[in-house]
This record gives sequence, C-alpha cells and structure tokens, in this order.
Amino acid sequence: MTLDKLVRALELTVINLGSGVSLPEKEFNGVYAGDFLSRAMSHVHFDELWITIMNNRNVIAVASLTDCAAVILAENVELLPEAFEAAVENGITVLGSGKSVYELCVAVHELTLRDE
Amino acid sequence: MSETIKLHYDVDGENFESAGQASHSVKKSLRQLGMSPDVIRKVAIAMYEGEINMVIHANGGVADVEVGDDDITIILKDQGPGIPNIELAMQEGYSTAKDNIRALGFGAGMGLPNMKKYTDDMKIDTVIGVGTTITMKVNI
Ligand SMILES: Nc1ncnc2c1ncn2[C@@H]1O[C@H](COP(=O)(O)OP(=O)(O)OP(=O)(O)O)[C@@H](O)[C@H]1O
Ligand SMILES: [Mg+2]
Repeated sequence: MTLDKLVRALELTVINLGSGVSLPEKEFNGVYAGDFLSRAMSHVHFDELWITIMNNRNVIAVASLTDCAAVILAENVELLPEAFEAAVENGITVLGSGKSVYELCVAVHELTLRDE
Repeated sequence: MSETIKLHYDVDGENFESAGQASHSVKKSLRQLGMSPDVIRKVAIAMYEGEINMVIHANGGVADVEVGDDDITIILKDQGPGIPNIELAMQEGYSTAKDNIRALGFGAGMGLPNMKKYTDDMKIDTVIGVGTTITMKVNI
C-alpha cells in the first residue's frame, strides 16, 4: 500500500516528507511498534512503518539506519527541534497522528486487510 | 584480490543526542561498494549498537572498519570503565543505563545481544578501569 493511501485513510499529518519521496508512489510493507531504540533497530525492516512515541534525534538515526518507509508519531507527539532538523537533513519521512499506538496499529491493520 | 578498505572514526562521548554518525557513514560506504542489503543491515545494527554503547557507557572511543574480500571487521575501542561481568552484560534486558539515557529510548539491554546475533563472530576484551575493545566480523 502507498503512504498516500495511508495518510488519507488515517488522516495523518505529514511532519516531514523524505527527500525524493512521493507519497502516492512510496509503498510500505509491514509495521513495527515500539519505543526502545535497540529493539527497533533490529525489528524495523526496510520499507516498514515504525510507530512510536519517542521524539528525539536518535529516532531519526534509527529510522535512517533501518531504511523504514516512515516513522509515525502517535498521540500527537511532536518531534523535538533538533530531531526535526535531523529528519530534514537525512530525508526521513515522519507522519503524525492523535491516535494511540494501539489505535494506529489496529487502523493500519484494518486498512491493509481492506486493501487486499 | 582487491585492496582492503579501511574506515576510521572518532566517536564523541559528549553527545548522545546525535550519536550514530559513524554508523551512518559506514552504511553509506558499504552501499557505495555495492554490498548486499542483508550485509549492510547486519553491519548497521552491530555498528550502531557498539557505537551507542561507547557513547553512553564509555564516554566515546574509536571505531575501525575493514572491508575485506570475505568479511567486514568492526573494531570498537574505548577507554571507559570496562564491563565487570560480560556474561551478565550479554543477557537480553540487562542494562545499567541511567534514567536520563533511558528517557531517550536507550537501555533495553538489547545492544550487546543484537551485536552477537547479527554478526558471525564477536569478541569482547575488557579490563576494569582501562577500557573495552569489541571486535566483530560479518561475512560477506
Ligand atoms: N563499551 C562499554 N563500556 C562499559 N560498559 C558497557 C559497554 N557496553 C556495554 N556495557 C555494559 O553492558 C550493559 C549492556 O549493554 P547493552 O548494549 O546490551 O544494553 P544497554 O546499552 O544498557 O541498552 P540498549 O543497548 O538496549 O539501549 C550496559 O548497560 C553497560 O552496563
Ligand atoms: Mg547498548
């Protein structure tokens, strides 16, 4: 499924659009939800979504190293200023939502099922 | 037989807000060398965890990466406090990270286990009060 479809269906905000990323063209495949960086590092795979409430610069570092499709910040969490700068600098797509991590997981799951 | 490629980094111990720069640079280099995504992923995980450990537990250190024909060697050397009990430190979930570090998302106690899991060989040399050297190999 494309990020564009996800963003529209779940009414996500686009906090930062990764460099060269086009939402209608960028596909995601799979989801990881969690906040511990060393767990995310090994569990977030290429082109997956990473749902978290962590908002510091290290989140961007892990997102970049894992090549995830996008980070989704739950519960209206905002990126800290230096994390936002890092997201821009490293071209990481960051999306935001007022939903909780659980609600986001369920919503993505249901959307994926409907898409099949 | 191609030439061995050597990369060297000084890892700053002051700033755990922006740690991970050496790992990024290594990943970029491996990509340019045309390494497989699987190898890049393993090296990125092992290198990042080791780099972060030097920053948060040892006040920084140096990282050397050698890309050979058959494997990639990562050597992380610090002059931190050393690891008193390696067996304990290697256990999933064991962490001595302080609250301010945990608040950033570190401290799951998964770094060393990840380094072991995602490399083909890992050796820890540590002396209390002198420092720690971790040598890891990832087969290409
Ligand atoms: N280079 C080091 N120097 C001194 N102690 C270390 C070093 N690396 C690891 N340790 C010790 O080993 C423990 C376990 O390390 P590990 O990387 O598995 O977990 P962590 O760093 O505490 O948390 P996480 O990596 O999940 O964020 C650390 O909490 C620390 O006590
Ligand atoms: Mg660690």
